[in-house]
Amino acid sequence: MNPRIGITFSRIRLEDKMILEEFDRRGIVYDRIDDGDVTWSLQDRQPRWDVLLDRSLGFGRSRATARILEGRGVLCVNSARTVEICGDKLAAQVALEGAGVATPATTIAYGREAALRAAEELGYPVVLKPTVGSWGRLIARLNDRDAAEAVLEDREVLGNWTHHVYYLQKLIDKPGRDIRLFVIGGEAVCAVYRVSEHWITNTARGGRTENCPVDDRLAEIGRKAAACCGAEVLAVDLVEDREGVLYVLEMNHSMEFRNSVAPTGVNIPGLIIDHLLRLAQERKA
Amino acid sequence: MSDCIECGGSIRLPENPMVGEVLACASCGIELEVSGISPLMLQLAPEIDEDWGE
Repeated sequence: MNPRIGITFSRIRLEDKMILEEFDRRGIVYDRIDDGDVTWSLQDRQPRWDVLLDRSLGFGRSRATARILEGRGVLCVNSARTVEICGDKLAAQVALEGAGVATPATTIAYGREAALRAAEELGYPVVLKPTVGSWGRLIARLNDRDAAEAVLEDREVLGNWTHHVYYLQKLIDKPGRDIRLFVIGGEAVCAVYRVSEHWITNTARGGRTENCPVDDRLAEIGRKAAACCGAEVLAVDLVEDREGVLYVLEMNHSMEFRNSVAPTGVNIPGLIIDHLLRLAQERKA
Repeated sequence: MSDCIECGGSIRLPENPMVGEVLACASCGIELEVSGISPLMLQLAPEIDEDWGE
């Protein structure tokens, strides 16, 4: 019997469409779940699906859906635990450091003066990031104390409580690019360089992609990163400094890959579906 | 091609549009969501929340 598969969406991004088209090409039946329209009764114990592929755009929605459906016995890709870790940069970095994966020097502070002291100790330039945030929004490069004072005051006055956990990270002097590593089923399957003249190289901010060969170092980082957060499908963002040392910046539980299939030649949506089917079969066995 | 419901500009449609797919109007920049295929229907795309994205 074929596994019952559900897929959640907030809107259909290009990569979501690639996944759906791959399902259709293989003739695999699935249920599309519009997360803006769905309601979940907490008294409902019917699992309805064997596996759920979460493609929701919202951290809050993904976490809630996974918690609810895991409570019904549905295998969620990714799990609520994975979403919780990856959706919070601080939690992700604690998990990575615990797994022995190098991350940039980072200090957390709660008060403005303490944050300024932390920035001085890290050494400018530093980067101030919201612990929960995406697509590079509200990430500020602080080149000196004047910039730090201005941005911290803004966050203190205008931000919500999540912005008052000041997450300050030493800016890595990278060679105009960072790396996105794709990990499926615990194994690194491909990687791209994201190249940009801007210090933020996110392709959502205009960076372009080139194939990055997966060497032993990247493969090991991929394995450790997936293991430390329990991810089945994961994108790991890294930077290399001028000496070639690799640091993981963040992990993404609902990854975007629209610009990565062509340069790598790897059918990422196909590999996601292969793994989903494998998990469903294992669960049924 | 279809018309933007906001400004009336022309929207270039993908080869196989899907319900839920978001298209941007090149004229006014607004984002529209495909809400029906036969016939093709467009509506304003949902606002992006603060925690949306990766």
